[in-house]
Amino acid sequence: MTALRWAVADGWTVTLRDLTHKANQPVQLVINLLFSVMVLLMFSYLFGGAMDVPGGNYQEFLVPGVLALTMVFGIEAMFTAVSTDVNRGVTDRFRSMPMAPSAVVLGRCAADMIDAVLALTALVAAGLAIGWEWHNGLPSALAAFGLLLLLRLAMLWMGIYLGLVLRNPEAVMALQILVWPLGFLSNAFVSPGTMPGWLGAIAEWNPLSATAAATRELFGNPGWGGDSSILLAVGWPVLLIAVFCPLAIRRYRDLSR
Amino acid sequence: MPAPAVVAENLRKRYGETQALDGLDLTVAPGAVHGLLGPNGAGKTTAVRVLTTLLRPDSGHASVAGCDVLRQPADVRQKIGLVGQNAAVDELLSGRQNLVMFGRLYHLGVAAARRRADELLERFRLADTGGKPVSKYSGGMRRRLDLAAGLIMAPAVLFLDEPTTGLDPRGRNDVWDAVRSLAAGGTTVVLTTQYLEEADQLAGRISVIDHGRVIAEGTPDSLKRQIGADRIDVVVRHTADVPAAAALLARVAGATAETLPEQRRVSAPVRDRMAALAALVPALTAEGIDAEDVVLRRPTLDEVFLQLTDKKEVVA
Repeated sequence: MTALRWAVADGWTVTLRDLTHKANQPVQLVINLLFSVMVLLMFSYLFGGAMDVPGGNYQEFLVPGVLALTMVFGIEAMFTAVSTDVNRGVTDRFRSMPMAPSAVVLGRCAADMIDAVLALTALVAAGLAIGWEWHNGLPSALAAFGLLLLLRLAMLWMGIYLGLVLRNPEAVMALQILVWPLGFLSNAFVSPGTMPGWLGAIAEWNPLSATAAATRELFGNPGWGGDSSILLAVGWPVLLIAVFCPLAIRRYRDLSR
Repeated sequence: MPAPAVVAENLRKRYGETQALDGLDLTVAPGAVHGLLGPNGAGKTTAVRVLTTLLRPDSGHASVAGCDVLRQPADVRQKIGLVGQNAAVDELLSGRQNLVMFGRLYHLGVAAARRRADELLERFRLADTGGKPVSKYSGGMRRRLDLAAGLIMAPAVLFLDEPTTGLDPRGRNDVWDAVRSLAAGGTTVVLTTQYLEEADQLAGRISVIDHGRVIAEGTPDSLKRQIGADRIDVVVRHTADVPAAAALLARVAGATAETLPEQRRVSAPVRDRMAALAALVPALTAEGIDAEDVVLRRPTLDEVFLQLTDKKEVVA
């Protein structure tokens, strides 16, 4: 039991470390939050006029898409944190200390989930301000937020794995750029039905699309989701976690090989 | 004799084609400052990574502070401090926040971690800048903070991997002072370095490492003796006299003399220091060689090292 107690205590210390980063850089924190809000407003007011959503307005369609896209940003935040620690030797220092090995990763995941909740809160506030709302009651809305956070968790494990594999901090640039086409190749902003056939098929299968469609369904917002979207929105992240969590753990252990 | 602080037996580690450790043996007495001296890629860092539980060797045994690094890694981690090649501190935290965080991860309580952080900041002359983010620190300040983080628990054995690489002379002196005061307090220190001067300055014993093996070991003085004799250097006033001086020195010393024409210097090992000196000075005059300086000296560690690692011998 003491081992578990220390694992929790160490994890919390690592979480605090990340929260302190934010407290030390309040401007950065605000910019990060404003960035997602800016994407929402840009699409809503710059492109929104040209969009025609069957059975609803574009804002109603857009907000769940941007929420899901913002969850995907977790991959690069985690990647940057992990690869920076490995490259600076901070990971080695942790590994040479009598702390719980799991704490390094779990503590950071917890901190990032707090981040994700902050980002969701900012976006929801902005969404409500531009006329979006949920129509199926609070329990369904909470379930939708749960699915969004589940997607975030899956992205975090991918980020941990990539950070341990690529290590090179410059790779974050490539990742930051790649997130956009991957984000747009989905139903976040438009219906995949408007894309060329094969692209549309990829977009339909994008895990981001599954979560966006399921949250639209739960919020009662217009979309093109089929019956299976909630199942997919659970299945995709769970599958990704089932693949990348063991990979990341093995990669972390391999640091000592 | 007390139990050694560090023991390594026949450590081997292979990375693809590179045999990073090739049967490394090491014994470090408690309270000693032990230098691991070798060129880049000799295996020093690999050895430190094995001893600090960061890396599993392919074969061999090692124990630190009485605990086996493979079977009791958690116990080893309680007893060591590691200061690696990078300043392994968090750039986005302040110096104090870094030390408190590491203190908490060593399972100090909040109050104890804060107190320890303040003590260490004071000791490493960071008290005034402890509140600033590390990203604003100079290289020397980062190193001192890094060193402080390695000392949070007053470790039984402190490992320093090239602690002064990339530091200016002032930063280097800071690290040296810190190591000396630790050694005076009884901490066992294992430090790797490429700088012979650093090993000579700090270490009571030196293991010279090359190609993953210890190729010589001893005190700095005994290493110099092991490599042989003291040397006589002659510096002549005119470059034209260098060949004549070399011939004369070779005759007096009974050994081949090396020449460094650009320094107008010739050098040779001697057995009987005083006899050689007594014979040399009048002979220089008799042959009309205009000598500027005649020096009787111990070999430098550079000469020791280069001779041991089988490279071309030079006069430093």
